[in-house]
Amino acid sequence: MATMTYVNAIRDAQRQEMLRDPKVFVAGEDVALMGSSFGQTGGLYEEFGGERVLDTPISEGQIVSLGVGASAMGLRAVLSLDFCDFLGCCMDEVMNQAAKMTYMLGGQMCLPLTIRSNIGGEIGAAAQHSQCLEALFTHLPGLKVVSSSNPRDAKGLLSQAIRDNNPVIVLEHKALNPMTGDVPEGAFTVPFGKIELKKEGKDVSILSWANTLNKCVRAAADLEKDGIDAEVIDVRSLIPLDIDGILASVEKTGRVVIAHEAVETGGYGGEIAAMIADKGFDFLDAPIKRVGAPYTPVPFSGALEKHYQPNEERIIRAVKSLFY
Amino acid sequence: MKLTKDAYLSLYETMLRIRFFEETARELMLGGKLGGFLHLYSGEEAIAAGVCSELTKEDCICSTHRGHGHIIAKGGDIHKMMAELYGKATGYSQGKSGSMHIADIGMGIIGANGIVGASIPITNGVAFALRYLKKDAVAVAFFGDGASNRGTFHEALNLASVWNLPTIFICENNHFGMSTPQGRAMKLKRISDRASAYGIAGVTVDGNDPVAVKEATHEAVKRAKSGKGQSLIECVTWRHHGHYIGDPAAYKDPAEQKLWLSEERDPIPRFEARLLKEKVANAEELDGLKNKVRDVISASVAFAESSPDPSPESMYDFVYMPDEA
Ligand SMILES: Cc1ncc(C[n+]2csc(CCOP(=O)(O)OP(=O)(O)O)c2C)c(N)n1
Repeated sequence: MATMTYVNAIRDAQRQEMLRDPKVFVAGEDVALMGSSFGQTGGLYEEFGGERVLDTPISEGQIVSLGVGASAMGLRAVLSLDFCDFLGCCMDEVMNQAAKMTYMLGGQMCLPLTIRSNIGGEIGAAAQHSQCLEALFTHLPGLKVVSSSNPRDAKGLLSQAIRDNNPVIVLEHKALNPMTGDVPEGAFTVPFGKIELKKEGKDVSILSWANTLNKCVRAAADLEKDGIDAEVIDVRSLIPLDIDGILASVEKTGRVVIAHEAVETGGYGGEIAAMIADKGFDFLDAPIKRVGAPYTPVPFSGALEKHYQPNEERIIRAVKSLFY
Repeated sequence: MKLTKDAYLSLYETMLRIRFFEETARELMLGGKLGGFLHLYSGEEAIAAGVCSELTKEDCICSTHRGHGHIIAKGGDIHKMMAELYGKATGYSQGKSGSMHIADIGMGIIGANGIVGASIPITNGVAFALRYLKKDAVAVAFFGDGASNRGTFHEALNLASVWNLPTIFICENNHFGMSTPQGRAMKLKRISDRASAYGIAGVTVDGNDPVAVKEATHEAVKRAKSGKGQSLIECVTWRHHGHYIGDPAAYKDPAEQKLWLSEERDPIPRFEARLLKEKVANAEELDGLKNKVRDVISASVAFAESSPDPSPESMYDFVYMPDEA
């Protein structure tokens, strides 16, 4: 076990997978000479050279297409798209090319490509550099979508994505970059489609991912003082989703709060809520509550953003509203 | 370029395979047997035939919505293609792709594409992989004059150039993007002039002459394989039919349409006349080839019609590929 920052865990995942498999390459804007905006690819170029770690022009469509063409030919592409907001510049490549190719080609080949991208706010980056757009990708059959809340999962989920034979969108939360935690050394993966139980409890299931998950853990500690024993679940693998693991928790607690930083309307929390209502209605003692961002772009000012971001207080309020 | 008799006849036969496939597909669709969109390649056969005659099996192509010609010329299986148009279980993609997404990875056909301009940068990914895997091979992007106005064209030519990838860009200028004439979509007359913006070679050739296309491709392959750079080859041509079957092409000037369909312009009769004049082959030999190709196409229709539909459960296959054991 090593203690590592979230950023270093991301870097270590890429390094370990590159050591394991010579077909893995890393490409994106400023990944080589600079080591990426937050250092997530630092040192890889020096270690693996220019044919495996490639700075690209500012050409997002070409970056994803590079991965599509190269992975169709058997390479494993790890593409850096920096801010998930920039995926608007390559949505065709993600939505119509990467997501659909194995299907349209009748399974003639695999498409092992990983797109790493930052989500989230709290660094004053305003509306075009702060979004949580996971729901755009969960709506596209053919993509897998994961998001980590801590250094260990940042490494494990990214490593798993690189080994996966399908396009995977790996969403990393930029507010977590300085977070430190225990991370297994060497090659290490976290399987997809498995929730992680962060805290066991019997009164309510709080489901979340990425940065908001950590707020849920803190909220649960506060709720304890008020006599509410919350179970906290890190969903982390949005597609494939561990719906059975979620339902098992709901069966135990009978109450559900789903919290995420993305805009609540049309957010992936709505999909999870619908699945629970569909498959676990009889377990429920109260309506399913969602906590998400309001229906506005992410504001710049800290004075505004602190009201925008879902926080512990809102999560606690949502939980308490279920006990009457 | 001095060609052997076999090389001449191979170009001719490839063009026939494409033309007969397309005209058969057209009849089938007009007769209500095929659904979906069909963008026919009739009139443009010399380009696919000329380009692919210079490619080996290891070389790869990426194609477009008007892709049948490229796939046939690169050695695609006519039976599987026809079955795919019928949406049958025996088709290239077991009925999941139809006309616009046919591929044969083993033959270096990395796929047709329903999104205009999308395959141009994908070709760079293929070219990158070929270089990464140390193959002595090139990747060829086919696309239309209309596609050359998309940002993907710019991103792709720029990357290929700055990374010195073994990519070759074939622009099939049939003068129209759907109904819009070239002159309403760009001010340039020669699309190959765009090459200079990327520091790569640009040339415009007669796209209805398979030998001219072959020669230009020969140079481009040599350049790419020796690491001397990329090429944008503009092939000037004309599509015989509407944009897709059902488009009456009212936007075409009837006189111009007539001229391009004449025996002097249509690539197939034109090449036939040349073969006869240069005594490469006699009329019986050419007729023999025609009959042979007609039989292949008819057999593909019979194959497709006698093939089973895909099972409903197969709809769920290949959304995701399994992980290795
Ligand atoms: C991104 C995108 N925009 C528009 C279309 C609709 N469309 C299909 S083919 C076509 C014209 C393409 O023209 P060109 O690239 O010159 O190829 P051609 O059809 O002439 O072979 C258009 C506009 C599309 N399929 N994809």
